[in-house]
Amino acid sequence: MSTPQFFHALKILEDVCIGCSHCVRVCPTEALRIRDGKSHLYPDRCVDCGECYRVCPVNAIINNHDDFDKIFRYKHRIALVPSIVLGQFKDGIEPEHIFAVLKGLGFTDICEGEEGAKLLAELINQRVSDRSVEHPVISSFCPAVVRLIQVNFPGLTPNIMPIKAPLDFSAMYIRQKYRDMGIPDSEVGIFYITPCAAKIVAIVSPVADDSSGINGFINLDFIYNKVMKVIKSTGGVKNIVPDRKSNLDGSQMLWALTGGEASCVKGRSLSIDGMKNVIDFLEKLENEEVDNVDFLELRMCDQSCAGGILAPSNRFLVVERMQKRALRVDADSLTFGIDEYREYLKANAKTEDIRPRTSLRYDVDVSKAIAKMEKVRRLMCFLPGIDCSVCGAPTCQAHAEDVVQGRSVISNCIFLQKKLENQRLLDSKHALRMIEKIWGKDRFDKNCTKKGAKNEDS
Amino acid sequence: MRLDYKVEGGDFARAGWASSQVKKVLKQLGVDQNIVKRVVVALYEAEVNIVAHAYRGEIGVDIDAEKIVMRLEDEGPGIPDVSLAMQRGYSTATPQVREMGFGAGMGLPNINTNADIFNIETKVGVGTTLEIIINFKSNQ
Repeated sequence: MSTPQFFHALKILEDVCIGCSHCVRVCPTEALRIRDGKSHLYPDRCVDCGECYRVCPVNAIINNHDDFDKIFRYKHRIALVPSIVLGQFKDGIEPEHIFAVLKGLGFTDICEGEEGAKLLAELINQRVSDRSVEHPVISSFCPAVVRLIQVNFPGLTPNIMPIKAPLDFSAMYIRQKYRDMGIPDSEVGIFYITPCAAKIVAIVSPVADDSSGINGFINLDFIYNKVMKVIKSTGGVKNIVPDRKSNLDGSQMLWALTGGEASCVKGRSLSIDGMKNVIDFLEKLENEEVDNVDFLELRMCDQSCAGGILAPSNRFLVVERMQKRALRVDADSLTFGIDEYREYLKANAKTEDIRPRTSLRYDVDVSKAIAKMEKVRRLMCFLPGIDCSVCGAPTCQAHAEDVVQGRSVISNCIFLQKKLENQRLLDSKHALRMIEKIWGKDRFDKNCTKKGAKNEDS
Repeated sequence: MRLDYKVEGGDFARAGWASSQVKKVLKQLGVDQNIVKRVVVALYEAEVNIVAHAYRGEIGVDIDAEKIVMRLEDEGPGIPDVSLAMQRGYSTATPQVREMGFGAGMGLPNINTNADIFNIETKVGVGTTLEIIINFKSNQ
């Protein structure tokens, strides 16, 4: 699959974007700017965390997924379903009903995303007990965390375990199973139902490896709506002939939740979820302030995948529901077909080394970089430190950096403009034009249809 | 480029602030990660030494294209026997300090391992000044 260097599943719809700067301010890598009244992305900085998607008030950021009809290009159509999908549905709508509905929608087979988690736990424990590798071992489960480390904490990339994620194990297993039945790859389409944008990016443009064998991805919220529609229109689950039961035991089922991995690892493990918590901890780790931790399970979303940007149900209710279900698993109904592929999966479990993906802040040449940074520090003497984003950048610091890199001009700062106007060094008409250049022309005209205004919905 | 920080003796909650800031600067400048790591370890140890042993101190950092020079000057008890303090595991930290996870006696030896040039000047009853230099282009 050929992809641009920095592929991102999230796209900003320019015609929908109102240039409100909410996204600019939440981006953990300061990858967004407002220009000409729209939000723009520096693609080399984006880690696909989806915080921008969450805060956009007009749904101008979308998660590009495959057209559902793409599944019908294949004779065998496999839904790769992570447990978090099943957790979205209320009690009573059990996995066997969801599988039945998915088959009714056109899939011919189901494979669960965590079937390989048991083998994965073994491999993680092997790595954790190998004292020749960097510790703490950092999980590779959350692709947004992996990319955050590559971009913002390059020195910690050797800590990331070069082991594939559970969904890759499931995909490799099901792919090989069909091969063993004599069915060519071209007839088998594997479609992953994704709770977030980062997983898509990991599939389309993996950090280090290129053989996930997944043919496409479908957004979780899209599938949720489709499944709910079928259930409602048939008059409820009582009219649905159940398919097979879930094939996951309790620990596999909870793998994608906070603590799911760490609880399977021997040694001192921490599970940390939520973007800010993860960043704070990585800072500490990078400062060498953390001793004797063996394993880190880091998840970008609060409540891990239950908080995925495409997960429609309330994350806390989902966690509670999944924890209860995990206690009720009927061990006799589980089949372990994947165990037959153990050796094959083990042989293909590794990714290549995960390398830093440093986005250049100042200059490749250190002396030039120092000169630019000193210039930024001088500019910061004049900027107000309010981080209002009126210049289009998330912070005064980011604005100063943009200026030094020639991407903006210092007088885009509204406070400096006021000062210059006061000193009669800037014409007020010119000042308004500068602001319009950032926020769009006519942006400051009366408009009663904007959010919160009196004709909001008309 | 010049960076200055103040360190208060006994303020363990803030110990590591200067090394964390210097780390950010070096990362942004694109300095090699392994060098950044050495700077962070050396500066963190030296900073914690001021917090654990001295009354107050000042850290001055000079960065140019070739190297980083860190000068840590404290007002404190000084070190009566420098060669003893340079031995791994030797520590005069109080039990209280050790309880907080500091004072393992690795401070000065760790700085020495990570520095290209390491100088100590100390006067008992007055204070200690450390100079730590780490070159960006590794000559090892």
